[in-house]
Amino acid sequence: MKALILVGGFGTRLRPLTLTMPKPLVEFANKPMILHQIEALAAVGVTDVVLAVNYRPEIMERVLKEYEDQLGLKIHFSLEPEPLGTAGPLKLAEEILAKDNSPFFVLNSDVTCEFPFKQLVDFHKAHGDEGTIVVTKVEEPSKYGVIVHKPNHPSRIDRFVEKPVEFVGNRINAGLYILNPSVLNRIEKNRPTSIEQETFPAIVRDGQLHSFDLEGFWMDVGQPKDFLTGTCLYLSSLAKKSPQLLVSPSESYVHGGNVMVDETAKIGKNCRIGPNVVIGKGCVVGDGVRLQRCTLLPGSKVKDHAWIKSTIVGWNSSVGKWARLENVTVLGDDVTIGDEIYVNGGSILPHKSIKANVDIPAIIM
Amino acid sequence: MLQVPHREKANGAAGKDKAIILVGGPSRGTRFRPLSLDVPKPLFDVAGHPIIWHCLTAIAKVPSIQEVCMIGYYDESVFKDFIKEAASEFPNLSIKYLREYQALGTAGGLYHFRDAILKGRPERLFVLNSDVCCSFPLNDMAKLFDDKDAEAVILGTRVSQDAATNFGCIVSDQHSRRVLHYVEKPESQISNLINCGVYLFSSDAIFPSIRTAIKRRTDRPRLVSYPSSENLESSFMADEDEERKNEVIRLEQDILSDLADSKQFFVHETKDFWRQIKTAGSAVPANALYLQQAQQSDSSELAKPSPNIIAPVFIHPSAQIDPTAKLGPNVSIGPRAVIGAGARVKEAIVLEDAEIKHDACVLYSIVGWNSRVGAWARVEGTPTPVTSHSTSIVKNGVKVQSITILGKECGVGDEVRVQNCVCLPFKELKRDVANEVIM
Repeated sequence: MKALILVGGFGTRLRPLTLTMPKPLVEFANKPMILHQIEALAAVGVTDVVLAVNYRPEIMERVLKEYEDQLGLKIHFSLEPEPLGTAGPLKLAEEILAKDNSPFFVLNSDVTCEFPFKQLVDFHKAHGDEGTIVVTKVEEPSKYGVIVHKPNHPSRIDRFVEKPVEFVGNRINAGLYILNPSVLNRIEKNRPTSIEQETFPAIVRDGQLHSFDLEGFWMDVGQPKDFLTGTCLYLSSLAKKSPQLLVSPSESYVHGGNVMVDETAKIGKNCRIGPNVVIGKGCVVGDGVRLQRCTLLPGSKVKDHAWIKSTIVGWNSSVGKWARLENVTVLGDDVTIGDEIYVNGGSILPHKSIKANVDIPAIIM
Repeated sequence: MLQVPHREKANGAAGKDKAIILVGGPSRGTRFRPLSLDVPKPLFDVAGHPIIWHCLTAIAKVPSIQEVCMIGYYDESVFKDFIKEAASEFPNLSIKYLREYQALGTAGGLYHFRDAILKGRPERLFVLNSDVCCSFPLNDMAKLFDDKDAEAVILGTRVSQDAATNFGCIVSDQHSRRVLHYVEKPESQISNLINCGVYLFSSDAIFPSIRTAIKRRTDRPRLVSYPSSENLESSFMADEDEERKNEVIRLEQDILSDLADSKQFFVHETKDFWRQIKTAGSAVPANALYLQQAQQSDSSELAKPSPNIIAPVFIHPSAQIDPTAKLGPNVSIGPRAVIGAGARVKEAIVLEDAEIKHDACVLYSIVGWNSRVGAWARVEGTPTPVTSHSTSIVKNGVKVQSITILGKECGVGDEVRVQNCVCLPFKELKRDVANEVIM
């Protein structure tokens, strides 16, 4: 089987992290974001993964190369000469996606969930039509495009309603699809095309598109606030499914569970860590540190008695003693927060040294 | 009219001079709330000692003073214990409290108690406002007094042009140091040399001068400012009747400008520290300045510097400090206070029986008696420039107190952050708060 992942552009929504690292390589729960998806694809026997990108990501090619052998699949980079929307890249990769008659996956790179690809393939094959969209139920469907089924049919899609004013349903497009190669015939070459607004409605008209209900959590983690929320959801899911990947709740420093610590990280004495904390490779956490709802990216350092909540600490950054970071603070690469400094919702660009409080949310250039 | 002084040339004889400390009363000093809700301002501890103790320490260094009169309108019982303790600590001083039964004003109080003050025939009177924090260079003032054969010497200090109009402004002759003109809180900028609230008067000059002011007051209402055509009507005191009834005569407004007309009024300009202690927040800079003074004089009272003690720090012997806590600079820890492991206290006053739990951080703040700061909590004020004479700052367009103050028996929950807040006694803070007064 084959898959295409829509990576797109510079990931500006996840700045300042993406000023240093292409978004797919930013570690989400200690693993490059895109690797969560590639691993899940490999697990159901996908042999070719196309990454649709619109800039030349040498670093990404280099990093992902090493996973090809490990996962037993081929990673292709498909570079759009100009932005082609969400459907155009499929046509561009037609050679790979249509090399056999098996269906292919299409994933938005920002999405995290439990990736139930096996059930998705089985479902898709069972109904036998052209395409299946993974859908997730949301509390406030009015903010999204909602999927409406044919009357008296549990999965065949009747229409899409963009940002409905009146309740028509609560299933929204989760950004994961499985499509037959015939779908590629519906997409024109070299014309920017939207898969959601053009391709899918066309398939719907032919009664060939179904929805698949996603179990468990779903999150678009393309921006810092959602990255943190997505991490909470992911860790909660791990606690149920693979608790061995988390630090045991009996560990003295763990508070409230959902704590993931890379084995190379060092944790000081009398810390209180959790819930929902990820500590990356080579991180150093001092004594008496309080961490909750945060991610420490590899090589970062948190000094004694600091207090961190709802924050992403960038690679190789350092947080001073008795510093306090909160309210979706994001530190870029190699940022230094001085001792006793308070940062409230600061986005700190790489290589900055912060010596005065950031009292109200601000971007520190 | 002033009388021509008739007095012997100074000879430094003991008993020649007396000191007066003006301590005010409970209806004054409201700006020192919420701390003055529980302790009279003059008895509030900065650098480990009551504010007036620092005045007495300076007075005790003047050999010619044997007697100190505190004048105010607090109840006598307020200063009873303090005076008793001070008597043993300053054995060469006899300390009395003279209670006004109504607020008479700084000069009115002096005049009211003139018989008691003049008892023993002191030649000169040092007059200290208790709400200032400074090095009180009284001997330097006495020397200038002698050198110039003065009737009055005022202590002055230079402040920024902007700040000057909040104080009494002194225009002096650079060379002779004679005071040419004095005006309290002028509307326009006149001079950046301001009145420190510390004076040395000849006994023969000050009382006649006050008498003249009282007489003038009964003859005609007082001008509060020079009338211009716009404010001619309003320039007379609105509550003129009440003022007259109360006989409120203030040194600053009613006496000093008259003295400036005499030829024998001089200013000693101090280069040392000086700060007003008006708002409760000003106790933090005052604490810092007195601690630095103690540090410079190698006071044995201060804690020994170490990696976790950044001098100057005062720790009361009965306080318990975890060795992993980091304190200073400019920190005072009161009796029986408890500072937990990995706590951080900087530029702050922690009062009696207060507790700071482990890993908490207290910066630019006052933690009130019996208050508790939870683990990983952050109680924080904002540093102000060293030269600033204000304790309020503008944050996001709103004027807030730069120093965070927790009144008596307040509680800050674990991990809670309190920034630029003033918290009245007996409040529990369970959620983050900023830029508020918490009733």
